[in-house]
Amino acid sequence: MSVIVTDSGFGPDIAANWTELAPDTPPEALPEIARKAQAIRIAFPGFADGRGFTLAASLRRAGFAGRLRAAGHVLADQYAMARRAGFDEVEISDALAARQPEAQWRARADWQAHDYRAGLRRRAG
Amino acid sequence: MYRYSEFDHAFLAERNRQFRAQVARRIDGSLTEDEFRPLRLMNGLYLQLHAYMLRVAIPYGTLSAPQLRKLAEISERWDKGYGHFTTRQNIQFNWPKLPDVPDMLDALAEVGLHAIQTSGNTIRNVTSDHFAGAAADEIEDPRPYAELIRQWSTDHPEFQFLPRKFKIAITGSPNDRVVTRAHDIGLRMVARDGVPGFEVIVGGGLGRTPMIGQVIRDFLPVADLLPYLEAIVATYNLLGRRDNKYKARIKITVHETGIDTIREMVEARFAEIAPEFDQTATEATLDTLRAMFAPPPLNPRDSATYEAARARDRLFRAWADTNLTPHRVAGYAIVTISLKAHGQTPGDATAEQMRAVADLAERYGQDEIRVSHMQNLVLPHVALDDLPALYAALRAQGLATANVGLASDIIACPGMDYCALATARSIPVAQQIAALVGALDIEQELGPVQIKISGCINACGHHHVGDIGILGLDRAGVENYQITLGGNATEEARIGSRMGPGFAYDQIVPAIERLLVAYLELRLEPAETFAQTVKRLGLTPFKTALYETEAQDAA
Ligand code: HEM
Ligand code: SF4
Repeated sequence: MSVIVTDSGFGPDIAANWTELAPDTPPEALPEIARKAQAIRIAFPGFADGRGFTLAASLRRAGFAGRLRAAGHVLADQYAMARRAGFDEVEISDALAARQPEAQWRARADWQAHDYRAGLRRRAG
Repeated sequence: MYRYSEFDHAFLAERNRQFRAQVARRIDGSLTEDEFRPLRLMNGLYLQLHAYMLRVAIPYGTLSAPQLRKLAEISERWDKGYGHFTTRQNIQFNWPKLPDVPDMLDALAEVGLHAIQTSGNTIRNVTSDHFAGAAADEIEDPRPYAELIRQWSTDHPEFQFLPRKFKIAITGSPNDRVVTRAHDIGLRMVARDGVPGFEVIVGGGLGRTPMIGQVIRDFLPVADLLPYLEAIVATYNLLGRRDNKYKARIKITVHETGIDTIREMVEARFAEIAPEFDQTATEATLDTLRAMFAPPPLNPRDSATYEAARARDRLFRAWADTNLTPHRVAGYAIVTISLKAHGQTPGDATAEQMRAVADLAERYGQDEIRVSHMQNLVLPHVALDDLPALYAALRAQGLATANVGLASDIIACPGMDYCALATARSIPVAQQIAALVGALDIEQELGPVQIKISGCINACGHHHVGDIGILGLDRAGVENYQITLGGNATEEARIGSRMGPGFAYDQIVPAIERLLVAYLELRLEPAETFAQTVKRLGLTPFKTALYETEAQDAA
């Protein structure tokens, strides 16, 4: 079982036609994936592997407007980064959700505040 | 100087609040030590040999007097009454306790200082020319761009978990004082048809695989700076190796992929990213920053008092000859305050010394202090006629050592005295070399020579780019020091060549003595520097001096 984290806190999973992406997906493949996929789930095998953040930003840049999820070992402390990089939500295990309860994730629901880059860019990432 | 905006203050307060909570969550078990580690690192907190170490950023090496006083206060209140200035324009406190760190960060925030991104696998504190805004040879003050990069890279959502750390250095002068070619990205201001831009260098670095950076773009217009940087770092984030931490820096990525392929990838990504950046907003931000960094108004000053003191006082003259750099305004000088008193730990300053320098900066130096990658402090704008009084005040604090650029102005990393990774001592070697040139009284005669010492292969002491580099290794449990010669840290950056077998701890200082004495014998004339003699003659005569005379001594 897993827990889905959004700005409103913990929730259950929803059914979707997921395209699964590994962190080593080559950037050249992204424009086509962005065109064809309905919903994309990017794997985070470990929280220190930051490739997923750049993949997410690239997919959004390529025009992907569907649901974009970071799934795996993502920390509450990374929630704001995930949202700013273009993810809609994060999927974590029950065990991680027990160790880092909802309040710790909700504390970062204000991810739009205090963002240096917002002033330098045309549209928020 | 840069003044924190409401936004900056609010950001910092929120960030410190988050870190305080992270410390609490580590203690209550919400965060494992593994998970806490990168979070504390991106807030500058290392675990060292004896204790935690807090590394505070000195953005682009510029401090105001109140900021320096605050550093003094912090060192007394939560540390042992001193701080260590590093080669990357940071100050390190070596003895904080974990529960105190959030309070230390709040104290820093009162004066607009922080420890954000001073470690961890993220874009680090951007370093810049310590003579910025004062040097006679400058095209433009690089600090507005350094501040722009700070804002862009701070908390950048894509780049907090890069394959490895990422260091950017920027200079506004053709004379490179920030070693741009030994950085992940080096930016050198250049003008083309009167339009300012940057030469962008990528893939330099020292450490266990030293490499000189290569030019990826020979002219980048100022307005494209941020999207181009973003394109480089995003390319690296996906391409850089994560399977082996020793091969994870961008220098290896560039080396393995080839600069031409990297350039194509970066340019392709740049084309995608550039439209997202608001050039008008960037220009407006830069205009505001340029106004903040505008040079202080310097009234024309006479120099009669200065000339008289020079004629009268031999010690003052020696100090002025080594520790001053020409200022762009006549009647003024840039003063380097050496933190390399013979026998002291290079780069250390006591709280009392920090306060004294802050007072002097207010009195004689337009309220500005700089920190150099040579681990010295700088007062960038001092009138020549104030120098005799300044010198007397510095002497009273033990801060008037006349050795800037000379043999005892040594860069040394903390080594075995503080560092968990060290394989040898480096501070005592630096102290002994300084004592040696002091005892022989040959420092002035030797002229400029850069000696740089690292206590392990990670090369924090920049030994690869010293005229003389010393690397302390561990050979079967015994310290062994390897010498490199002919390195260069300027715009002509070069990695030094390794000499023969290393020397034991009690043999390294005599070996350095043989090198220095050999130079004095080999040089054509006193004006030929150590570096020039090595360039002219090659390594052989120095090898002879190092090894053959050693054999004779032993025989
Ligand atoms: C005391 C604790 C310290 C530790 C544990 C430490 C650790 C390291 C490590 C592991 C590297 C190599 C990274 C790599 O190549 O991927 C490195 C590089 C470096 N360190 Fe330190 N360091 C410390 C202190 C310092 C100090 C005090 C300075 C400044 C005087 C410094 C300046 C540097 C610089 C400039 C590099 C870059 C070399 C390069 O280009 O790779 N470090 N450090
Ligand atoms: S060079 Fe080695 S010993 Fe020196 S500070 Fe760096 S990691 Fe420590």
